Amino acid sequence: MAEQGASGSDVQKYDASVSAGTGVVTSDRIDNPGFEPFRARVSELDSKKEKANERRVAMMFGLSMVGSVAAIVAYIIFPIVPGDPGSVRTNTFLLGLGLALGLFGIGFGAVHWAKALMDGHDLVEFRHGTRGSDTTRAKAVEVFHLGNKESGIGRRTIIRNTLIGALVLFPLPGIVVFRDLAPAADPNDQLRHTVWKKGTRLTKDPSGVPIKASEVTLGSVFHVIPDGLNDRQDKLEQKAKAAVLLMRLRPEDLHASKEREGWSYKGIVAYSKICTHVGCPVALYEQQTHHLLCPCHQSQFDITHEAEVIFGPAKRPLPQLPIAIDSEGYLVAQSDFHEPVGPSFWEREH
Amino acid sequence: MAKSASPSTRKARSSGRRSPLASVSLLVIGLLATGGAYALFTTSATAATSSQVSSMVSDGQKLFSSNCASCHGLAAQGSGVAPSLVGVGAASVDFQVGTGRMPGAASGPQLEKKPVQFTDAQVAALATYVATLGPGPSIPSSAYLTGKGEVATGAELFRVNCAMCHNVAGAGGALTEGKYAPPLAGSSAKHIYEAMVTGPQNMPVFNDLNITPEDKANIISYLKYLDKNPSPGGLDLGNLGPVSEGLFVWIFALGSVIAITVWLTAKSN
Repeated sequence: MAEQGASGSDVQKYDASVSAGTGVVTSDRIDNPGFEPFRARVSELDSKKEKANERRVAMMFGLSMVGSVAAIVAYIIFPIVPGDPGSVRTNTFLLGLGLALGLFGIGFGAVHWAKALMDGHDLVEFRHGTRGSDTTRAKAVEVFHLGNKESGIGRRTIIRNTLIGALVLFPLPGIVVFRDLAPAADPNDQLRHTVWKKGTRLTKDPSGVPIKASEVTLGSVFHVIPDGLNDRQDKLEQKAKAAVLLMRLRPEDLHASKEREGWSYKGIVAYSKICTHVGCPVALYEQQTHHLLCPCHQSQFDITHEAEVIFGPAKRPLPQLPIAIDSEGYLVAQSDFHEPVGPSFWEREH
Repeated sequence: MAKSASPSTRKARSSGRRSPLASVSLLVIGLLATGGAYALFTTSATAATSSQVSSMVSDGQKLFSSNCASCHGLAAQGSGVAPSLVGVGAASVDFQVGTGRMPGAASGPQLEKKPVQFTDAQVAALATYVATLGPGPSIPSSAYLTGKGEVATGAELFRVNCAMCHNVAGAGGALTEGKYAPPLAGSSAKHIYEAMVTGPQNMPVFNDLNITPEDKANIISYLKYLDKNPSPGGLDLGNLGPVSEGLFVWIFALGSVIAITVWLTAKSN
């Protein structure tokens, strides 16, 4: 009730002279301001200035000539000497300088010519309509009708329909073929497993020489690849997942959880080198603080606490590779990583 | 005084002419110096008698007591602010003192390279003394320091083991909490070797079983190659990668694009 009363009083405020049902259409188009008043340039007022500008344009074109010739001369005088990177640097630098001068000289000269000397009045060019004239349109329709009559495509329906069928089916083999460019194996499975398995020896990157536990002295860091990686056809793909960093800390500095107590050997620990953020190699190890720094986005991992994240955008700790030694004293993996290495992916559940 | 200084010397200096004997005497001095240094080096490295060693040890002990013991302890056993030096070896002392990092000027995130505080003989004496405290890495043999190893092998090892901190071109880089990996340009071969073998401060140790002495020599050769050869790609802008290159492009390339656009659209006066 109260609302009705309020709206009723509002209505009464309208000015009776304005029709209530008609919107007022206002135009927000800016009025054409027209041309600025003509202002003569110095070249038009002063023949000395005109001469000076003429000389400037000519100088630019002259510089362009000098640059082009200099590029040829420099290319011949400072040749690329095989095995000498310094000569590449000199050669490309001088050649580029000459070419740049050659091109910029023409450009700057032409622009300055147009701005300072060419006729300077303003003008407007109107767009013409896109609609063709009636005769052109009639002619086009006639051509279509003639085509239809001569080929009989409207009349011979069987030809028309089979042609449409052929055109529809033609791209299908392409779609099937291109679909097969996607990885044949399940990417989910590939992202969950690396080439590490029980008994795989830890070897040095890049030589592939196996590492004895006694070689990993306190404060050492080893860049590790799995044994046999160098012989694989897909070496780089596998290395991208299997790269490991091996460090030796004082055993009392390691704070291993219950289930991971057997994963290290006398203070030697192995962690995945692939950052859990976006997969950069995390290998900046500080041997006094035991922090691992990822150079891409500054995530920091604390090796003394199972590589937990102490700074930066990474969400999960680096996966640990359980290690042991074999009968000859070489370091071996106990198994593959217990979780997928590297950044998150669609099917990773946590 | 300056005016009374003989005008003839001033004249000779201003004309840039030297006495013909100057070059001869310079040559003699140079020969004597290199010969003397060589003799000194060979005796200390290979034919050092036990009496020389023991005098170096006692010299080193004196230097240690007066310069290092306040932090590292009289028996080099270490303290709350400084580590024990038992077993760090001569290489460690030669690196830390020979690059001026030790004695440290002030505590901070990291000890920095600065002017060396001791003479070469004093550094050698200190190193010899500390080496007697326990077995540790010794000063590398000059055979590995020639810089004439395999550059390509050294470069691959450098990329795997060193480049993540020191940058692929050895330009250095930032670590955590104010620490950094120093640039390697111009570092002496001996100090590079010693750093690998001792792992100074937060740098990890790369012992001879991890990177063999021959491979260390290859890495040094790569770094010396970088010192001698300019970047073939033109201005290296400190080799700092996208930071310096991006800054350069944003300021100079985009700056000139904007300048040209403004000039292009402005009316001629």
